[in-house]
Amino acid sequence: MSHHELDARHLLCPMPVIRAQQQVARLRPGDTLVVRATDPGALHDIPAWCRLHGHEVLATTTESGEVRVTLRVGNQ
Amino acid sequence: MSTVSTPRKAVALISGGLDSLLAARVVLDQGVHVEGINFYTGFCVEGHTHAIRREHQHKPKRNNALWAAGQLGIKLHIIEVIEEYKDIVINPRHGYGANLNPCLDCKIFMLRKAREWMEANGFDFIITGEVLGQRPMSQRRDTLPVVARDSGACDRLLRPLCARLLPPTLPEREGWVNRERLHDFNGRSRKPQIALAEQYGFHDYAQPAGGCCFLTHEQYSHKLADFWRARGEKRYELDDIMLLKVGRHLRPRPHFKLIVGRDEGENNFLSGYRGRFVHLAATSHAGPLVLLDGRADDDDLDLAARLTARFGQGRTAERVAVVVTDTQGSEHTLEVAPLPADEIPETWYL
Repeated sequence: MSHHELDARHLLCPMPVIRAQQQVARLRPGDTLVVRATDPGALHDIPAWCRLHGHEVLATTTESGEVRVTLRVGNQ
Repeated sequence: MSTVSTPRKAVALISGGLDSLLAARVVLDQGVHVEGINFYTGFCVEGHTHAIRREHQHKPKRNNALWAAGQLGIKLHIIEVIEEYKDIVINPRHGYGANLNPCLDCKIFMLRKAREWMEANGFDFIITGEVLGQRPMSQRRDTLPVVARDSGACDRLLRPLCARLLPPTLPEREGWVNRERLHDFNGRSRKPQIALAEQYGFHDYAQPAGGCCFLTHEQYSHKLADFWRARGEKRYELDDIMLLKVGRHLRPRPHFKLIVGRDEGENNFLSGYRGRFVHLAATSHAGPLVLLDGRADDDDLDLAARLTARFGQGRTAERVAVVVTDTQGSEHTLEVAPLPADEIPETWYL
């Protein structure tokens, strides 16, 4: 299991979810990934994408205009 | 001895609109394994782009394609095609529609990408929400076969909403789907789709005015054409086409234009581009952030400052202080009289 971080700040949706999708495809089940974004839409889109693909959302936070979504990669 | 057949697999083009949602559902109902694919070209009308503006912040911040996939309970693969798509917009073989919309080339391109995805992932056929006669360019009886042929999808392309009006495709001939349970929708009326949505219990689906692509919008296309004229060539980067979606655009002189933020949300968005453009903002009064795209001498900067003052709360003041910042961060302040509204020709607005 390893932990990763993805910087998707200053990208407008759906680019943060596209970048998250690309990163997750390179990870293994059980790995965790924190996605940092500034488009508030990411707070909805990334968890929605995770639900469709069987990845677990561990936490979502918003602070000083930055969204963070932490997810655990499921079986792909 | 019993045999267990593996369900056939279809990839559905999901735009986030109603037709593709229904088409995928019709095939799902026949026991086919369906996954969705959505292409991001940079011109997509996204709820989030609207949400840049404060007045649109009551709208749900959702990606409509993800929402549709959630309704269907299927996986959705969002594919970025920004670079490859440029050639479609700049050099469409089949030309443009009413605006700078290359609908026929776009449909062929997306189906070609979907076919490549289908082949790479071991899927059997492709589903679209096309309806015969619904769109003047890409969904006519004479262009539907062109789309199937030129994309290479050929008879692995199933259009469940109008399939019974078209020759049987491979999935129908092979019995992977039952043709009798497909539809015969035809023309521009939305009533059959709305009735089918009601039957499936789909509510709150996206119905964007003017479709899901900015290139079908007259004003957006006008701004893009102006951008190409000013640059002297048909070329763009993603940031260029994003900026065309935001702010009030005025071209007071052939060699420069102004992008004026219309509210706090747009000002925040435009502030991300301050390092790339000369920009102006009033300091004596509240007002917009204004980006200047092009070349400007002192007279031009004075005019730009007067326009900046015009669109702020100092519009009726005698003098407004406007700070001008260049791309290196150097600032100087101009004291200007706001330009009266009747001195702004309509032709300046893009």
